[in-house]
Amino acid sequence: MKEIYLDNNATTKVDEAVFEEMRPYLCELYGNPSSMHFFGGQVQKKVDEARKRVAALLGADPSEIIFTACGTESDNTAIRSALETFPEKRHVITTRVEHPAVLTLCRGLTKKGYRVTELGVDGAGRIDLDELRNAIDDDTAIVSVMWANNETGVVFPIEEIGAIVKERGALFHTDAVQAVGKIPLNMAASTVDMLSLSGHKLHAPKGIGILYLRKGTPFRPFLVGGHQERSRRAGTENTAAIIALGKACQTAAEWLEDENTRVLGMRDRLEKELLSIIPHSRINGGGAVRLPNTLSIAFEFVEGEAILLLLSEKGICASSGSACTSGSLEPSHVLRAMGVPFTCAHGSIRFSLSRFTSEDEIDAVIRELPPIILRLRQISPFGRELLKG
Amino acid sequence: MWDYTDKVKEHFLNPRNVGDIPDADAVGEVGSLACGDALKLFIKLDDAKERIVNATFQTFGCGSAIASSSALTEMIKGKTLDEALAVTNQEIADFLGGLPEEKMHCSVMGQEALELAIVTYRGGPAPVHSHDHLHGEQEGEVVCKCFGLTDGFLRKVIEQNRLHTAEQVTHFTKAGGACGGCIPKIKDIIAQVLGEQPAVAPKKQEKLTNLRKMQLIQEVLENEVRPQLWADGGDLELVDIAGSIVQIAFRKACAGCHSSGHTAKFVEQKLRDMVSSDIVVEEVEG
Repeated sequence: MKEIYLDNNATTKVDEAVFEEMRPYLCELYGNPSSMHFFGGQVQKKVDEARKRVAALLGADPSEIIFTACGTESDNTAIRSALETFPEKRHVITTRVEHPAVLTLCRGLTKKGYRVTELGVDGAGRIDLDELRNAIDDDTAIVSVMWANNETGVVFPIEEIGAIVKERGALFHTDAVQAVGKIPLNMAASTVDMLSLSGHKLHAPKGIGILYLRKGTPFRPFLVGGHQERSRRAGTENTAAIIALGKACQTAAEWLEDENTRVLGMRDRLEKELLSIIPHSRINGGGAVRLPNTLSIAFEFVEGEAILLLLSEKGICASSGSACTSGSLEPSHVLRAMGVPFTCAHGSIRFSLSRFTSEDEIDAVIRELPPIILRLRQISPFGRELLKG
Repeated sequence: MWDYTDKVKEHFLNPRNVGDIPDADAVGEVGSLACGDALKLFIKLDDAKERIVNATFQTFGCGSAIASSSALTEMIKGKTLDEALAVTNQEIADFLGGLPEEKMHCSVMGQEALELAIVTYRGGPAPVHSHDHLHGEQEGEVVCKCFGLTDGFLRKVIEQNRLHTAEQVTHFTKAGGACGGCIPKIKDIIAQVLGEQPAVAPKKQEKLTNLRKMQLIQEVLENEVRPQLWADGGDLELVDIAGSIVQIAFRKACAGCHSSGHTAKFVEQKLRDMVSSDIVVEEVEG
């Protein structure tokens, strides 16, 4: 069965061109870029080129790019660095809808005596800037707010947030793992001090990420050891993956317009058709600015895992905010923070598209999903009441 | 992705006995939308009102919840009410070739609905269950506020499934799976239940001769089981032992007691723990 892959916020296909770019740097050009010989030196040149390519996508200077192993490492590095830099400051601000990479870290800080403020969101997933203004004070070491939400695609007003943060002299970090390559970013004209990026969300392999670190921002490394990454991240470089990420960023820049036209069009069509065909469905984050590729849609009175399993039978890969898929017992923290009613929260499905998504695949979902929802509603005691209407 | 058995997948993809029975004799409804799963079980009895001739279900829930419901209806059709009452959540899971431990609460939900249906049909008080907002008031103190679970319900599941960690209790009942605030209380309840259980003799690993097995069975029945039954005004008689099959007949208050199925299970578990894990207890008229 050929997969219809609509789970690109979870991970993406490695672009063939990206793979070709990295291929020689495993078996043939495997040298260590730190070595003094020509064999390592030629890899160093390629790593430098990758750094430039990543910087170009972000509108940053190559010296501001630190290669890491993943988005989670970048998030941890940024927040821990800020706390070490300002040991006298004992307050951290984040949001209730962050990725666990940030949220788990911040909640752990409360046990170490830090004050942690988690900003709430409204029903559409939007942040209240006044809440931030009231929360931030001179004790705030760092504010960490994601650029775009992985579950709903809701985009936060990062520059407006950054302006408030800068006024109070705190550091500003953003987890931009879902935003990079989907919406244009320009660090040269940004208030962001630190930004996390993950390779496997933009058609590079897993196991590579970056931390953008604005020039002049005080920094303490998370991993210490060798002098790699100018001693800001020790450990021998994952050269093949770095080279792949460079190519992936270069390609993402080329496809950015497509993402915001064709991909957006497919997402909107999927959304419109499903809402019109399936009664008692609603969009999570529908009233907010969203990523062009993400659709989080809730179906009342059915449970998400059951939907995903039946979609999977048809080859369709999606994701869910339901409890049962994750081993957790509650619907996702994001949907709960938004106050999505329980009738919907358990039946929320996320479709996330990419430039490899085709109109035919969207047609397949529009064809296959409605009978699945109907079937599960016929099994559900609440769904049956609804159908009797 | 969950590692579901083929049988779970098959029952999820082709659930048996979905629907309702308009003239059902017994209905058991547990769970809620807020909890993320719910089951409504319908039972139709024969003219003598003893044997289940039809059972259907409606389930809101994940794949394993639907599969567990389907399995339950298949298992109880043709059983007497007493036989059906003796069905445990573990047997529902076994029928499906096993469930991931995190999903055992799906089988518990099935067993709950079944027990609720039969006990209320018999006019008894609603048994101790997890989801108090759907049916009668229940005994005990709410331990897990997120899922509305009482100490009585948790004790029952802990005892029946011999759970010994808070994590297992979460997997079987959901308690503690949301905010986690009640986990210390769950640990206390486990400690209490374990404290009340008589120390289990170490299992005999060596292969027992048939004679030795018979002797041990008789010793356990005399010294461990019957005194407990006497305490409740009941008794049992050992009718026969054939290999690993132990036939017993209930006497006094146990005879005709609608929960004698549970008692038989208790006897079986006792013998499995203290004599041999392959023992099967059968209740016979005698």
